[in-house]
Amino acid sequence: MHEVLSKAKKTAVAPKNVLTVEGLKAYYINEHFGVRREVRAVDDISLTVQRNEVYGIAGESSSGKSSLIKTLAGAIRPPMRVIEGSVKFDFGGQSIDVYGEPEQLKPARWRHLSYIMQGSMNVLNPVRRVKHSFHDFAYRHMGLGGAAFWSKVRQHLERLGLDPDVLEAFPHQLSGGMRQRITIALATVCEPEFIIADEPTTALDVLVQQDVLGLIKDVQARMQASIIFVTHDMSVHAAITDRLAIMYAGRLAEEGATQALFDNPQHPYTAHLIGSLPRIGDVRVRKSLPGKPPALSDPPSGCRFHPRCPLAIERCSREVPLMQPSATGGRVACFRAGEVVAA
Amino acid sequence: MTDLLRLDHVTKLFPVGGFFSRRSMKAVDDVNFALSADKPEIFAIVGESGSGKSTLAKMMLGNEVPSSGQLSFDGTDVAAIRGRAAREAFMAKVQPVFQNPFEAFNPLTRLDEYLFATAHRFLGASNRGAREAAADAALQRVGLSLAEVRGRYSHELSGGQLQRIAVARALIPNPKLIVADEPVSMVDASLRMSIVNLFRDLRDELKVSIIYITHDLATAYYISDRVIIMQKGKVIESGDARTVLEHPTQPYSIALKGAVLPPDPAAASAIIRGRQVVA
Repeated sequence: MHEVLSKAKKTAVAPKNVLTVEGLKAYYINEHFGVRREVRAVDDISLTVQRNEVYGIAGESSSGKSSLIKTLAGAIRPPMRVIEGSVKFDFGGQSIDVYGEPEQLKPARWRHLSYIMQGSMNVLNPVRRVKHSFHDFAYRHMGLGGAAFWSKVRQHLERLGLDPDVLEAFPHQLSGGMRQRITIALATVCEPEFIIADEPTTALDVLVQQDVLGLIKDVQARMQASIIFVTHDMSVHAAITDRLAIMYAGRLAEEGATQALFDNPQHPYTAHLIGSLPRIGDVRVRKSLPGKPPALSDPPSGCRFHPRCPLAIERCSREVPLMQPSATGGRVACFRAGEVVAA
Repeated sequence: MTDLLRLDHVTKLFPVGGFFSRRSMKAVDDVNFALSADKPEIFAIVGESGSGKSTLAKMMLGNEVPSSGQLSFDGTDVAAIRGRAAREAFMAKVQPVFQNPFEAFNPLTRLDEYLFATAHRFLGASNRGAREAAADAALQRVGLSLAEVRGRYSHELSGGQLQRIAVARALIPNPKLIVADEPVSMVDASLRMSIVNLFRDLRDELKVSIIYITHDLATAYYISDRVIIMQKGKVIESGDARTVLEHPTQPYSIALKGAVLPPDPAAASAIIRGRQVVA
């Protein structure tokens, strides 16, 4: 039964970009008693994700990164609305326009597009055995009969280094790391082309985190899948992502190859994020930025980072910087890009 | 000379299992260390979940009593404190900062009320002016002011600011020791350093000793003077923070240090690729 699945995917030559996002704007819009309030959580974002690539999105809480991935997955509900722009997936020849024809996305969910979520306890049904979660999530999408389905699930768990007997366990009998491994198995059992991972390792201990990240990387490499990996932890991005986008207050600040971004950050915010990380063997004093991330309902004028930016000039408070090609081969939205002195 | 805080063979047992299979689990197993009263320091307790570090913190705060061994603060046994006055005198000297500031503060209570209540209880500040002065002085210490906090609720501030208010609240009774249990793990990475740097300033300027409980070896290395590494309730390695974390000797400490992801893509991806792959 395994060949059926892989054959279906090999029929078309995979195009380069699995995901193309153009000029995406998604706002939370509240209208009460004639007063209109907009929260610009996703504001004019364009990006592409290629096949077999781990694309990281970094940002603080309230930077809009969760809103962005919800919008990408077509999982938004009022009061959030897409105002402009498009999200297009291309799964082996079958292209899906998430906001043009939303009905197309339904059959593709889990089969082509799946998620690894943060709170594994919220994914696995706490009062039923793990196998029921597999049945609920994946059975419908795999098109296999009962026996074939279970042997495929067991085979998949074994390949991930998990004992297939965990299917008989209840979630509370398993450790946090084990549950997170199971959600990864659950998200990858249909061998999807595209996986969205939302802070999958944030609640885990160091040793378990190392193992879970390794597992995600293994699965991704074996399936040649694309992953959007969201976390605020820059060290995790350093470990797993190929390309990295830095998000600040609903906009992209910088995007580029992870190595280039760490070696040579172009945006002052990126430079701060990287420079403030402590590391063993280095006792220099780390500074933190003054202030706090802006409220998205009332963002600062011009560049949204300018009130906290050490390099801000007068122009930054008037004009919005657009994403431009940067000196290191990525893109950056800053008038003073490249003037950053690594902290 | 008495020690500020002294743990002698402190052990905590928790009963587990049902009626017929009663066993006890050692959450903390024979822990010994002492903080000197003369030299304030940041003392890090590092370990994974289940290593007993939070149980240890509860015992230091007097919320749990050791099953055996003695935990003494300023020469008196914490478990033997009786009566409201003695209890409050102890609480004024040992103050906690908790992990999640969004849970530590009631979302329906104004943040300044916490500061005023603490000032009232421990400083005897009976009138409004005295409470506000105490609250403002403490907030100034952490880089905020009463004007910024007055009338605010917890959802209006960022995690980093809330955690600084939590530290300000802990500072009001002029404590000698702050027990901070995972104070930065719920705070965004970019705001973490502001909290961590604050602890360093408190040690240097206010001469407050800090017990810094964490699973993050990098920040422990960055601020602490001494460190103990715990595994399953036991202290497996202890000593000067820089020495221990640069050159750990125990297999578990080495594994912990090896799993710390450095902010460098080439080295960090080598770490996760190096894991044991089960075919």
